[in-house]
Amino acid sequence: MEFEVFDIGLFDFRRAWQFQREVFKAVKNGGLKSALVVCRHYPVITLGREASLSHILAPQKELKERKIAIYKIERGGGVTYHGPGQLTMYPVFNLDYLKKDIHWFLRKLEEIAMLCLSDFGISSQRRPGLTGVWLGEQKIASIGIAIKSWITFHGLSINVKKDDLANFRLIRPCGMDIEMTALEAVLGRAVEIDSLKNQLIQIFRKTFLNSIVKVPPERQRGGNSHD
Amino acid sequence: MTKVILPELGEGITKATVSYWYFQTGEKVNEKDDLVELTTDKATFNLPSPCSGTLSEVFFSEGDTVNVGEALAVIE
Repeated sequence: MEFEVFDIGLFDFRRAWQFQREVFKAVKNGGLKSALVVCRHYPVITLGREASLSHILAPQKELKERKIAIYKIERGGGVTYHGPGQLTMYPVFNLDYLKKDIHWFLRKLEEIAMLCLSDFGISSQRRPGLTGVWLGEQKIASIGIAIKSWITFHGLSINVKKDDLANFRLIRPCGMDIEMTALEAVLGRAVEIDSLKNQLIQIFRKTFLNSIVKVPPERQRGGNSHD
Repeated sequence: MTKVILPELGEGITKATVSYWYFQTGEKVNEKDDLVELTTDKATFNLPSPCSGTLSEVFFSEGDTVNVGEALAVIE
């Protein structure tokens, strides 16, 4: 499946959320087949559907002083932190072109993060019932998505920069006592965000280009073949 | 009368949790309106209304677990 890439750089979460919705509309209307929004965020806390405000550990005063906003959003999962030291990938994918299978898609997002890490010689794992990508007990990539009309949004974030890790202490990630890690912390050296970003986009392409499972009914009626 | 059924959500997915009702019993809904949001794993899934009418009955509350193939609500 082909998809458009929107690399919007360091972007305020609220504006990126709005942008995702615009892209979603374009995919739903058929203006775009599918799209991948790639960005980083200024520090922000988001609450998925399973989150509770009690999972935010930092005092309101501290968050206010540091201008860290909190957003309740429509994705699955609990509370998470996003910051400029993470790469965030929002696949706005029409699963009609792929496979209408929620867990299949979640596993694909995990696979992408795992393939990316393996390029650095890092062996990562899935943990049953704990969606995301792990290095033993430490989590390095988080996933939370929403699906409407079988079109996905929200997505995957990978912790890259070591100096952003401390901010996870502001929350109880996913409402659990999870220790987070980052690519730089594991490698013991700096990682350039831009090259990692391009690498991830390539992995997304390879993973989903070969993932055409079915053709949407309207295309079948039109007699078109796979594209 | 149309029953709103929880559709297949993927291989091996037998149930989902109701996370949000967009409408309350007695309210008018249009076909394709987001009717109910369900959660499975780290994903939310919006089920649209299959037809226009009045949401006359809701069988599951937010937080309840529903099996694939079960009726969630009735629209008349």
